[in-house]
Amino acid sequence: MNSLHISTTINGDPVEFICDADEPLLDVLRNRLGLTGAKEGCGTGDCGACSVTLNGRLVCSCLVLGAEVDGAQITTIEGMAQGDQLHPLQRAFIEGAAFQCGVCTPGILIAAKALLAQNPDPTDQEVRFWLAGNLCRCTGYDKIIKAVQTAAADMRGA
Amino acid sequence: MRYLSAQTAKAASAALAAEPGTARVLAGGTDLLVQMKAGNLAVDLVVDIKKIPGIRDIVAEAGGFRIGAAVAGVELGEHGGVCALWPGVVEAARLIGSTQVQGRCTMVGNLCNGSPAGDSVPALMAAGAVVRIEGPNGARDCPVSEIPAGPGRTTLVKGEIVTSVLLPARPPRSGDAYLRFIPRTEMDIAVAAAAVSLTLDAGGNVMAARVALGAVAPKVALVQAAADAIIGSRLDEAALAALSRAAEAACSPIDDKRGTIAFRTSTAGVLAARAAKIAYARAMSQGNAGGTK
Amino acid sequence: MALDQPKTSFRHVGTRPNRPDGVDKVTGRAQYGADITAPGMLTGAILRSPHAHARIVAVDTSAAAAMAGVRAVITGTDFARPDDDFLRDVQENCMARDVALYDGHAVAAVAATSPAIARAALRAIKVTYEKLPHVTDVDAAMQTGAPVVQAGRALETVPAGMSQNVTHHCEFGHGNLDAGFARADLVIERSFKTAATHQGYIEPHACLASVTADGKADLWCCTQGHFFVRTLCSAMLGMESSQLRVTASEIGGGFGGKTTVFIEPVALALSRKSGRPVKLVMTRDEVFRATGPTVSSSMDIKIGMTKDGRITAGRADLRYSGGAYPNGTVDMGAQAAFAAYDLDAVRTFGWNVLTNRPKEAAYRAPGAPQAIYAVESVVDELCQKLGLDPVTVRLKNAARKGTLSSYGPTFNDIGLVATLEAAKSHPHYTAPLGPNQGRGLSCGFWFNFGGNTCVSLNINTDGTVGVTEGNPDIGGSRASISLMAAEELGIAYDNIRTIVADTNSLGYNDVTDGSRVTFAVGLATIKAARDAIGKMKTRAAAFWGIDADAVEWTDGAAVPAGANAGKFPPLTLAEIAAMSPQTGGPIAGHHEVNVDGAGVSFGVHLVDVEVDPETGFTTVLRYTVFQDAGKAVHPDYVEGQMQGGAVQGIGWALNEEYIYGADGRLQNPGFLDYRIPVASDLPDIETVILEIPNPGHPYGVRGVGETPIVPPLAAISNAVSRAAGVRMAELPMSPPRILAALKA
Repeated sequence: MNSLHISTTINGDPVEFICDADEPLLDVLRNRLGLTGAKEGCGTGDCGACSVTLNGRLVCSCLVLGAEVDGAQITTIEGMAQGDQLHPLQRAFIEGAAFQCGVCTPGILIAAKALLAQNPDPTDQEVRFWLAGNLCRCTGYDKIIKAVQTAAADMRGA
Repeated sequence: MRYLSAQTAKAASAALAAEPGTARVLAGGTDLLVQMKAGNLAVDLVVDIKKIPGIRDIVAEAGGFRIGAAVAGVELGEHGGVCALWPGVVEAARLIGSTQVQGRCTMVGNLCNGSPAGDSVPALMAAGAVVRIEGPNGARDCPVSEIPAGPGRTTLVKGEIVTSVLLPARPPRSGDAYLRFIPRTEMDIAVAAAAVSLTLDAGGNVMAARVALGAVAPKVALVQAAADAIIGSRLDEAALAALSRAAEAACSPIDDKRGTIAFRTSTAGVLAARAAKIAYARAMSQGNAGGTK
Repeated sequence: MALDQPKTSFRHVGTRPNRPDGVDKVTGRAQYGADITAPGMLTGAILRSPHAHARIVAVDTSAAAAMAGVRAVITGTDFARPDDDFLRDVQENCMARDVALYDGHAVAAVAATSPAIARAALRAIKVTYEKLPHVTDVDAAMQTGAPVVQAGRALETVPAGMSQNVTHHCEFGHGNLDAGFARADLVIERSFKTAATHQGYIEPHACLASVTADGKADLWCCTQGHFFVRTLCSAMLGMESSQLRVTASEIGGGFGGKTTVFIEPVALALSRKSGRPVKLVMTRDEVFRATGPTVSSSMDIKIGMTKDGRITAGRADLRYSGGAYPNGTVDMGAQAAFAAYDLDAVRTFGWNVLTNRPKEAAYRAPGAPQAIYAVESVVDELCQKLGLDPVTVRLKNAARKGTLSSYGPTFNDIGLVATLEAAKSHPHYTAPLGPNQGRGLSCGFWFNFGGNTCVSLNINTDGTVGVTEGNPDIGGSRASISLMAAEELGIAYDNIRTIVADTNSLGYNDVTDGSRVTFAVGLATIKAARDAIGKMKTRAAAFWGIDADAVEWTDGAAVPAGANAGKFPPLTLAEIAAMSPQTGGPIAGHHEVNVDGAGVSFGVHLVDVEVDPETGFTTVLRYTVFQDAGKAVHPDYVEGQMQGGAVQGIGWALNEEYIYGADGRLQNPGFLDYRIPVASDLPDIETVILEIPNPGHPYGVRGVGETPIVPPLAAISNAVSRAAGVRMAELPMSPPRILAALKA
């Protein structure tokens, strides 16, 4: 086995782990670090359920090797709320019934947060194209788009 | 599998050359990891090139831009200079994958993957882009149009890696555009694609043109007959029709799960004409302000 | 309040509170199938046939079993062989014994100490196959002389001389077809085909099994029905139900596809053999190749209409294939095909056909979308050719209360006319259209279901309430159940917590299917609350020293029934609960029932599309859903069902399909080429909820989950056909198909 020792930062916390050379970051998060908020819907970058940010960029953690994240900054859904304070997107998703089964929700929240960080006042079309890589099979996306806009308005007003 | 993070292009090249098994370059990984997951690629060595100095940089060069092999799609889209000079190349690169994939994917990876459907490849060919290669025999430059060799194959030899791609300077009154057809609005592989780059004279006549087609043949290729169909014209209906016919005539696609021969052929002609119109409008709107300093 | 009339005024029902599992699901804390672990757990993996049809001559597992880290290897012979045909089919679908019947059919499995070792062990298993001829298309499979998928499976309903792949025939309807067609001014007869599609839930199947040496077992899995999982698994493992406890995890979508088992018996068998907990998680490739997609269909429809829009007769011939095992989905298609219409003459004929494809599972209104797509397409073409308004024609022929349905029963209160009138008066119906644009409309229908249901409702001593139910929550049902409990008890929604309990905690609950949960579990919850209220009234009566009959329950409190009963201040639920230890002990309500009276649900969908005449690309511009919900308990989640179902139907209409190669292997087992709609493909999905109370439910509730996937197929097809100026008759209407039709 060609295992590697990696030091990284996840949700602001220093983290070290050992992983195989061919092990995706998603597997490291879920199986080695107990961070199961990121989901594997496909393992091939087609569904977005495993979305995290890597050095501030939105990525699919299934398409990143654990070996690559030495010295990186990673944020996952587990780092989105601050203590007992939910992020405005998290609140808007609950209040707007923007999920049914909820399995795509962590990835969509991470992606939506990345969008609003660079575009605080997106059009519906911009939200839809930004989130095109996050599949949701339950909602038809309607309430997701509206919840992102609710949160965006909330964050602009705050 | 072993993982190596190379510190120089020479070291990356040497490691790839020395590996007796299957070795692959890792830049964005958005194709490589998918192939590994599918189980149809057993890799013995992965060489990560992202830590090589300069490989994630975009620098002005000779009126154009040299783009590092590990520059991600989203980073290219954030570069105002490249967007202004080669909008068609940027829009092609930005069409690769989702927002998530854009955070990782690279034009050079798109090229070296060897897929006939890679989005940035037709646009790079139409632009006359040239890649710089580091290899066992030193560095060399090669036009993008000479890299693809067939589905999943390139002309690169063992131990060679592409370190950058140069988008050249361009004359005034130039424009480029890329269009692809997919069954949805996002998240698909091109079923047919066309890139057009052209330069107008002061009277609005097409002086020079390059047309490249994707996903309609075993490899992406320039179509000289399609370019000839519009050179000398003002892109009138007759010229556009001739362009479409020439594009269709250059197609040799396959029937597969993504499209039929008839559909791909017809759509390539439609997209070539539509892309030409966009490129023409861009060239016209550009007036006399071409190139960069 | 009379119990036989649905309640019509509500305090809680109809509001939109936050769901109880909301915070867990936005923080990543909710535990889905693959999120559960156990100490000492092994990783399971399954070896699958690469052939569409092959005899399994030999399976040599010796090399795999000898590998370091491999703790168990199993094949089909490790399972009990149930006598019952249905159970045996489910078992053989989970792991083949003698013949692999489709690409992806499981043939062996391993459990190992790491995923990498498990994968390596699969590569070390040597299977000797003898390839057999295969067939994947329903029409080809019906030809005499077609490769036989399974011999001897035909029921006596099938006439002699047909292909052995035809296993079942059914027939419904009434009246004289010939006389009806003779009365028509125009008769249109057309043939349609639809491809197999997949539910496309984002969460792959996952489970964790733990069997101990004394034969006791625990199973955690993502499922729509853990009681049914227990039934199936205990039969396949030869266990008694009492020895197997099944706990449902949070579920990442199901849509019918998680109503049966695929990997759960395999994980149990691996755990039993290895003596360790075993986790099994499917890859996306396995989900597409080896779970339960829909039937594909081939259909002939013939409808006659008078010049003024009266349908005189309708006939449907439906040929469905749900893969390599017999099923009865075509019965539901044949019953649903003409359900929207009040007809004098209607006949439907169904045929089930075997093909070398995975065993069908349910998918949202199974069987109905295909048949109704075909019928509604012909109705639209008749309207177009006769120059008639599509809504007016449907209103003229609409089924209503008292209509003898095309499948036998006479309808009670139904909402079809109300939904059609809502569509007709909606601004969408008369909005202007541009070039290359078209508007389509379709009715949709689903029967809905009640079924076996068991609920406990516990009154806590602090005045709060715990509801224990047995149906996995696939779209907000815990919120709806809590709302109905709050309504009945007269306490705040936030004082109630509803949980989904394991199989040991309640009597048998049917699967979360048939749009049954809000209806049936809601009904049982209301009745469990009434049971608890009765007990609380008894405690209050004893406390007051009056007769229990002299106590009423009002606004969350026991009160004397009138002046004659005595003068006492109200005793609230919290007060009665607090003194319960002194008045006889804990208070709990229960209800156990096999619920009848699920009211059918009708919907109407309206869609505008634009078709690119040069590429055949379809853009969905505007979409409006009208549906009768009986009573919308939590309107957000009713709208969510309407929107989600509509979008699944849009995907089915435009791009989703199982594509098979000449070798019979699935060509597109991934989300890249099995193209479900993405956010940028869609407009807003507007919803209009109608509320025509269902007499079979105390609050008038009807199931709403399945009907919305039915109308989009024809609505989109009708819109595309009108936009493109050419009638489409095959799904999906992918761009190559539309362009080919335009150029034909």
